[in-house]
Amino acid sequence: MEIANLSVGQQLPTRSFRATNVSLFCYNAAIWNPHRIHYDEKYAKEVEHHPEIVIDGPLQGDWLSQTVTNWIKDRGNLLEFSYSNRRASYLGETLYAGGKITSIDRDTNVVELELYIKNEKDEVTTPGNAKVKISS
Amino acid sequence: MNDLVHEEALTWIGKSDPPTEVEVTRRDIVKYAAATEQELDKFTKGDEAPPMFVAGLSREIIPIDDLGDDGLPPASLIPELPLKRVMAGGVSFRFHRSVKPGDILIFTRTLSNIVEKRGKTGPLIFITYSITCKTKNGEPVLDQEQTRILR
Repeated sequence: MEIANLSVGQQLPTRSFRATNVSLFCYNAAIWNPHRIHYDEKYAKEVEHHPEIVIDGPLQGDWLSQTVTNWIKDRGNLLEFSYSNRRASYLGETLYAGGKITSIDRDTNVVELELYIKNEKDEVTTPGNAKVKISS
Repeated sequence: MNDLVHEEALTWIGKSDPPTEVEVTRRDIVKYAAATEQELDKFTKGDEAPPMFVAGLSREIIPIDDLGDDGLPPASLIPELPLKRVMAGGVSFRFHRSVKPGDILIFTRTLSNIVEKRGKTGPLIFITYSITCKTKNGEPVLDQEQTRILR
């Protein structure tokens, strides 16, 4: 990936994610998050009034960051990254992560990206932004 | 508009938790990389932590008996507010250096703002925390801003 070959509007590769009970268990164990909405269906529905087990917001944030890390690989560094969980996502949903280039500074080799996670209804659940420095 | 956030709550702005120290192990990175379905070898082999790995590192670990009915530890740095349901909000990171096995990281978490907003389904309170992460030698690793939404 050469910065000379990049252009504003260029799309990053998209990837789909489908969380399962097992993947959510592993994720919440790995980050030590014992919140019951992520593994206790009865509790999630009856007490916190969710329609299903909740997919962690930060897990979607991670998937969004992978849109960037998988694209730059070892040819650059992530400088800044942000996201916002605007809409909850639930077990059983397939989510799609992607993004595009919004600006390129050819003097500093800094590229800005707009990122999204969408659900099957094409609603953006988690928008994000990133700034990367491409290795010269 | 501060109908729900009273004066006492606002005095919490600027308060910090005691710093926490975390030693990063390769196995912790590998577990995180597997759970998040990372694709790059440097992450799945644990040579380097994925950028978001650090976000999970500062979570408090306390005895099971001390966890609440919701499974969570008692919230720290949260004033008494009339809205109780907590949702993850936005997060922003500024990265200074990658995290590797053997790093000893010091996290400091400060309540940096409390703002009331009106959402589509009713009132919301946004609480912002600033989390700084440095190595034990004082080298900056990352700065994080995290918003929790109460509804």
